[in-house]
Amino acid sequence: MDLVVSIAIGIIIAATPLVFAAIGELVVEKAGVLNLGVEGMMIIGAISGFAVTIETGSFLAGVIAAILCGALMALLFAFMTQTLLANQVATGLALTLFGLGLAALIGQAYSGKSAPPFPKLAVPGLSDIPVLGRLLFSHDLLVYISFALVIGVAWFLSRTREGLIVRAIGENHDAAHAIGYSVVGYRYAAIAFGGACAGLGGAYLSIVQTPLWVDNMTAGRGWIALALVVFAAWRPWRSLFGAYLFGGITIMQLHSQALGVQVEPQLLAMLPYLATILVLVIISYDRTRARLNAPASLGLTFYATT
Amino acid sequence: MLRIEPRKEPSRLILYATPFIAVALTILSGFVLFSILDKDPVQATLLIFFKPLTSLYSISEMIVKATPLILIGVGLALCFQANVWNIGAEGQFTMGAICGGAVALALHGVPGFWVLPLVCAAGIAGGMIWAAIPALLRTRFNTNEILTSLMLVYVATLTLNVLMHGALRDPQGHNFPESKLFHDAATLPILISDTRAHIGFVFALLFVVLGWILLRWHVIGFQIKVSGQAPRAARYAGFSSDRVVWFSLLVSGALAGLAGIFEAAGPVGQLVPALPVGYGFTAIIVAFLGRLHPVGVLLAGLLLALTYIGGEGAQIAMKLPAATTQVFQGMLLFYLLAMDIFVNYRIRMRRAAAASGSAAQ
Amino acid sequence: MNSFKKLGIAGAALALSIGYAAAAGKVKVGFVYVGPIGDHGWSYQHHQGLLAVKKAFGDKVSTTYVEKVSEGPDAERVIRQLAQQGHNIIFTTSFGFMNPTIKVAKRFPNVKFEHATGFKRAKNVATYNGRFYEGRYIAGMIAGKMTKTNTLGYIASFPIPEVIMGINATYLGAKSVNPNIKLKIIWVSTWFDPGKEADAAKALTDQGADVLFQHTDSPAPMKHAEQKGIWAVGQASDMKTFGPNVQLTSLVDNWAPYYVRRVKAVMDGTWKSVDVWEGLKTGMLQLSAWNKKIPADVVKAAEKLRDDIASGKFHPFTGPLKKQDGTLFLKPGERISDKALSSMNFYVQGVVGKLPK
Repeated sequence: MDLVVSIAIGIIIAATPLVFAAIGELVVEKAGVLNLGVEGMMIIGAISGFAVTIETGSFLAGVIAAILCGALMALLFAFMTQTLLANQVATGLALTLFGLGLAALIGQAYSGKSAPPFPKLAVPGLSDIPVLGRLLFSHDLLVYISFALVIGVAWFLSRTREGLIVRAIGENHDAAHAIGYSVVGYRYAAIAFGGACAGLGGAYLSIVQTPLWVDNMTAGRGWIALALVVFAAWRPWRSLFGAYLFGGITIMQLHSQALGVQVEPQLLAMLPYLATILVLVIISYDRTRARLNAPASLGLTFYATT
Repeated sequence: MLRIEPRKEPSRLILYATPFIAVALTILSGFVLFSILDKDPVQATLLIFFKPLTSLYSISEMIVKATPLILIGVGLALCFQANVWNIGAEGQFTMGAICGGAVALALHGVPGFWVLPLVCAAGIAGGMIWAAIPALLRTRFNTNEILTSLMLVYVATLTLNVLMHGALRDPQGHNFPESKLFHDAATLPILISDTRAHIGFVFALLFVVLGWILLRWHVIGFQIKVSGQAPRAARYAGFSSDRVVWFSLLVSGALAGLAGIFEAAGPVGQLVPALPVGYGFTAIIVAFLGRLHPVGVLLAGLLLALTYIGGEGAQIAMKLPAATTQVFQGMLLFYLLAMDIFVNYRIRMRRAAAASGSAAQ
Repeated sequence: MNSFKKLGIAGAALALSIGYAAAAGKVKVGFVYVGPIGDHGWSYQHHQGLLAVKKAFGDKVSTTYVEKVSEGPDAERVIRQLAQQGHNIIFTTSFGFMNPTIKVAKRFPNVKFEHATGFKRAKNVATYNGRFYEGRYIAGMIAGKMTKTNTLGYIASFPIPEVIMGINATYLGAKSVNPNIKLKIIWVSTWFDPGKEADAAKALTDQGADVLFQHTDSPAPMKHAEQKGIWAVGQASDMKTFGPNVQLTSLVDNWAPYYVRRVKAVMDGTWKSVDVWEGLKTGMLQLSAWNKKIPADVVKAAEKLRDDIASGKFHPFTGPLKKQDGTLFLKPGERISDKALSSMNFYVQGVVGKLPK
């Protein structure tokens, strides 16, 4: 039983950065914008969070720095795609390449440095419940925030006026503009939010999971997050499920080796990516369903004609 | 006040000028960057952009570096013009290297002029098969090709690793994860003696020309362009969008696979786990910088190869961090995309309506 | 190109070549690293060797290093650049540089090359490596005594002989004092990925391992061990700063004396291509300070082992030893040959799990 709980905790740690990045990108795509630069924003969040934590000694400062830097990178993307009307796919890719390079550059000074371990919360009383206590109540603050974020986004998109406007813009930006909503304004806000979340996800990697910095430490998680949004059919709860599924496969691959399962480890390592492809196929196969879920204006450039 | 107005038709002047402006802006930003890093900006810029042109060896290395970039870039230019976003060229590159390499290893020691073409054909096939997967998934299952082709990159890299530790490993290699060195019949002939510049470059030039001809004069090239720019019009005209997707992905997969086997059979001379170095992703920048035009891709490929070689030289000579080159490339793409707007839109000054109204009176 | 630009370029070229010429007369030593010098592991230790060379010879040498050189198509160019820039001896510090080194060495017969962990030599190419397995045997013995759960965790990178012999040596060392020992191994398929190494460390501790070994380069497993309060053995460099309470010892790659020796040979003109595989005997491998909490009798046994191995009295791979499949590969009293050791591709009997391809 103990082992199962430990594995579950490992999965939670592996999944949380994906939850952050995916939920942020979900909002962005609901607004009709495809931001492929998630990897770049995540890694910038990772290095800025790490650097600030080392310099100031404060986790709070590090996390805030990561959120701000992620948002800044995203605003650059927003400026280029919403104001300068650049191609979204290419700009997102440029953001990823630039982000990776910039993070490596800044990270030069920090490789080999080490931050103190991130504190875990202990809810008095509840944390001591056998099994459930460890499983549900002894994580670090960011894990709980990730859940709160998913709940918040789900509620925002389905129950608030602003959320409805965001979705309307994502479905038909010309009509939304005609009604009088500021398409560009809402998109800027959504993109910034996406960047903040991606930055937070990156910071989780460098501050919580392994308090170390290394080049390319996101190792493709930004791309996985993008896949997760599609996997989730743009629904917040499903993106949470997807992140945990993916994190689960990654962790189980390691555990099964230690348990002596006789499978080639590199083949096991392929599983998450193959699984993502499979899921993507299943989700997209039903053309009607897929069209109902994907924001109709996703990826299209908006140019106000009035 | 400033207004953005669409042009009647895209400005060709701006279209061809912006890549140069983007390069200039990048160099300027480089100056700022180097100053921040406390490195001599003039020396760094000279090292990155000019030094590689001063010796035959570094020019030959530029050619070595540019060959895969141009090959993949031409294929991607085709794809992107059709609005097919093949982000997985890196995986197709790797698969091409694996398939071609496997044939080369299977024929190890066998002489004959037919060995090399067969090896290259296998490489092309490998790349095409790998690109066929996202093509199939998009046309049959409506799955986004960006994500599928990208996931396949990771699968391809891991497959290479598995083979390097097992089936394709050199039995005399003390169990190192490397393949045997390819024998002479399976190694690319060298263009410039005492360098690594191989005939792959000639093929790159060939495909630039072929790509240009295809896009300009062949009907499929026309279909590609229309499908990309005006998908509805393409449908009304009866162009099969599936056919365009298949064609562009298979061609870019073939070219990427060819680039892969060229790398393995040329400069490296064997299969190693570190063979995929990111050409598939850099080629995306090359395609955009070249304005998705094959000749532009050629120039852009040479330019980016120059910055790779120069950046490495700067790393050795000035201790400039290796990541600088990547930052440069990202900035280059950013500047280019930022100026894209001027191709299709113009900035106009609009006076307030009242003033022009009163003037009319 | 206008004349100002031409002048500028000529001036820069001149300045650069003057810079190179000024270095003539000194011995130029080049180093090619596969990772960053900040990795606190493999490349970091090689860089300490470079610093030692600088210290030992001062003005008589000039050193250049290039870090993060990938083992693919770019390696050959980097090595060749160093050779073309007039370096007299170049150290290429990863096995993936083997073929590029040989190729460049052919073109530059007057430049000396030293390739770490490789097996191809030439008139101007020497190879060198450390007998890290010696240290692993001793560390395994200590682990066997210190473990309470009888489970050791091993984070392994790639199934190459060097890593496999390390696993086997660890197991044999632990088994020699603790017949109930179990070794759990996770292959992470990377030399340096702190996230993955930390995940693997966690998986191993979740499954009951209370001593961690690693053949990967980052301090992430050591950090995890410190957090969890379980023992760990450091790799390549002294990782005490990351695990002040839990590091039993660390297997330190001490390249400095070898590098100084070889640079001196170039200076004296006595350099010859050799194949050097040294360990505790000459100090190429060092074991960092024992953890204070190790009981005195264990320390004594470890030090005796260390001295015996160093003097040649004891060899970690001495028969009778069986492979995992039961076949005998060392007769009683027989010591393994260097050749067999350097191509080891099997687990010894008792190690559980299949060796990945």
